[in-house]
Amino acid sequence: MGTHNHHHDYNFNERYEFAGKAKTFSIIAIVVGIAAVAYGMLMGDHILVERTYANLLLMGYYFTCVCAAGAFFVALQYVTQSAWSAGLVRIPQAMAGILPIASIILLVIVGLGLSTHNLYHHWYAEGLTDPNSPNYDSIIAGKSWYLNFSGFLSRQVIFMGLYSIFAIILAKLSYKEDLEGGLNSYKKSFKLSAIFLVIFGFTTPIWSFDTIMSLEAHWFSTMFGWYNFAAMWVSGLCVITIVLIVLKKAGYMSWVNENHLHDLGKLIFGFSIFWTYVWFAQFILIWYANMPEETVYFYKRWEPEYKPWFWLNIIINFLAPLLLLVDRDAKRKQNAMLFVAILLLAGHWLDYYIMIMPGTVESHRGFGIVEIGTALGFVGLFTFLVMSKLSKQGLVAKNHPFLDESLHHQI
Amino acid sequence: MGNTKYILGSFADPDDMMHGIDKLQKNNVSIYDCFTPMPIHGIEAKLGVKPSRLPIAAFCFGALGTLLGFSLLYYTMVHDWPMNIGGKPSFAIPNFVPVTFEVTILICALGMVATFFYRNHLFPGRTPRVMDLRATDDRFIIAIDAHENTDHALIDTILKETGAVEVKYNDRKYVSYE
Repeated sequence: MGTHNHHHDYNFNERYEFAGKAKTFSIIAIVVGIAAVAYGMLMGDHILVERTYANLLLMGYYFTCVCAAGAFFVALQYVTQSAWSAGLVRIPQAMAGILPIASIILLVIVGLGLSTHNLYHHWYAEGLTDPNSPNYDSIIAGKSWYLNFSGFLSRQVIFMGLYSIFAIILAKLSYKEDLEGGLNSYKKSFKLSAIFLVIFGFTTPIWSFDTIMSLEAHWFSTMFGWYNFAAMWVSGLCVITIVLIVLKKAGYMSWVNENHLHDLGKLIFGFSIFWTYVWFAQFILIWYANMPEETVYFYKRWEPEYKPWFWLNIIINFLAPLLLLVDRDAKRKQNAMLFVAILLLAGHWLDYYIMIMPGTVESHRGFGIVEIGTALGFVGLFTFLVMSKLSKQGLVAKNHPFLDESLHHQI
Repeated sequence: MGNTKYILGSFADPDDMMHGIDKLQKNNVSIYDCFTPMPIHGIEAKLGVKPSRLPIAAFCFGALGTLLGFSLLYYTMVHDWPMNIGGKPSFAIPNFVPVTFEVTILICALGMVATFFYRNHLFPGRTPRVMDLRATDDRFIIAIDAHENTDHALIDTILKETGAVEVKYNDRKYVSYE
């Protein structure tokens, strides 16, 4: 352990170069994804088309959530005036930087899914709100002031638009700080972050009600928003961790050490428990009250084709981080953290799968070319976009007022 | 100097104290402990302080809490006075989770606080063990066992060289009892 050293040998002008294998593989993954989606859409099978839409929604939502979690991370660090993270903020900033692209992709998916009736047909279909129609559904009619075509799409545009604007401005201010120094950028970022967090906190539950919960429009749960937030935050932290470890293994970011990794590990551990807490709170209230209009949600997930996955969801997202990350040393080791982060990303894919599939394709669920291909495609797209973004700026916010404290971070 | 139990180097600056530790260790002087008014990063590793065993106590109290919470529920809900609540079986595990969880946290937290207080002599009504009162205010103290390290002149020189404002030779360990 070094002394109280105020001199360091870090190269703060270090740039990431996105080339070679990483670039090739991410492009191959994108091509595989496009091929899988084309296969699902063009085979002429109606159910397969719906399944493809459900998968696109899953990955589009997952992708947008992870990028939004990047923006949330950046804002949270400013508002809490955190120092530990000052050396690694470029990673969540890059994720936040591609939020506009992710938002547009998700908008296209939900827009097409909605207008072609492949998604959200539980509340958007011919005659559902017309009392004279044989399809009339009084519950849906009662919700139509909120759940309707234009209201739904405008909320999507407003929410994701707001998140994107804040994400871009926060990243821009940090890049400006690199050039100009001083505290102006930091002070502005602090104020903007506070405003962003209030907006984000109040709108993400509504956003998840719209995007995911309305797939089964008869059912509702007020816990659903926090449940989705927990999933978003854990998966966002896992992505930050993976990108960080990949960069470190490639020899970059020497100023980030096991102490910073330990903090990320604690956040992942803690918020996995939080995810379980919210998941269980939603479950036990419905289980205890035992009202048919509420239990239908879990009834569907208790059917033979979903039951094993329902349990696996808890094992991966609760038991695995609990047992694997409880040890201090595990949180400080790159390989252990990399393993858990990848496992949790797979786990939250399954989590979204359990949320989306029973309300869309129901008993026609599957796990094959479409699922794997779509997931691979989005992973490739994310890697390509985030790594390109990272390569465009220095890997450290070199004039961040807390950078020096971050270098000496020790826990 | 025959009665001296501990030599205390009192520093006004934490960096000076850290250099003092380095220099003493280089000269094979073993350091008993350091006392600072605020946490100093890296000092545990430098002094070779072993990781706290408090997590072990936490685990034991947590396990005790789980057992207590679960037994309480089992006794009241299943054994002593089973009730029909919404047609659910009396012994329904999901019901047991919230209370068991809360009792686990409660016993774990209280147990950890009690262990910490016991170990550090901080129980209300007890005089705390303090080797130098200004360590709780504005001084950074290095304490050296005077019996283990016999070359007191060398220690004195090193402490003063590295910036100690004051060097004390204490005949008793804790000044707070006086």
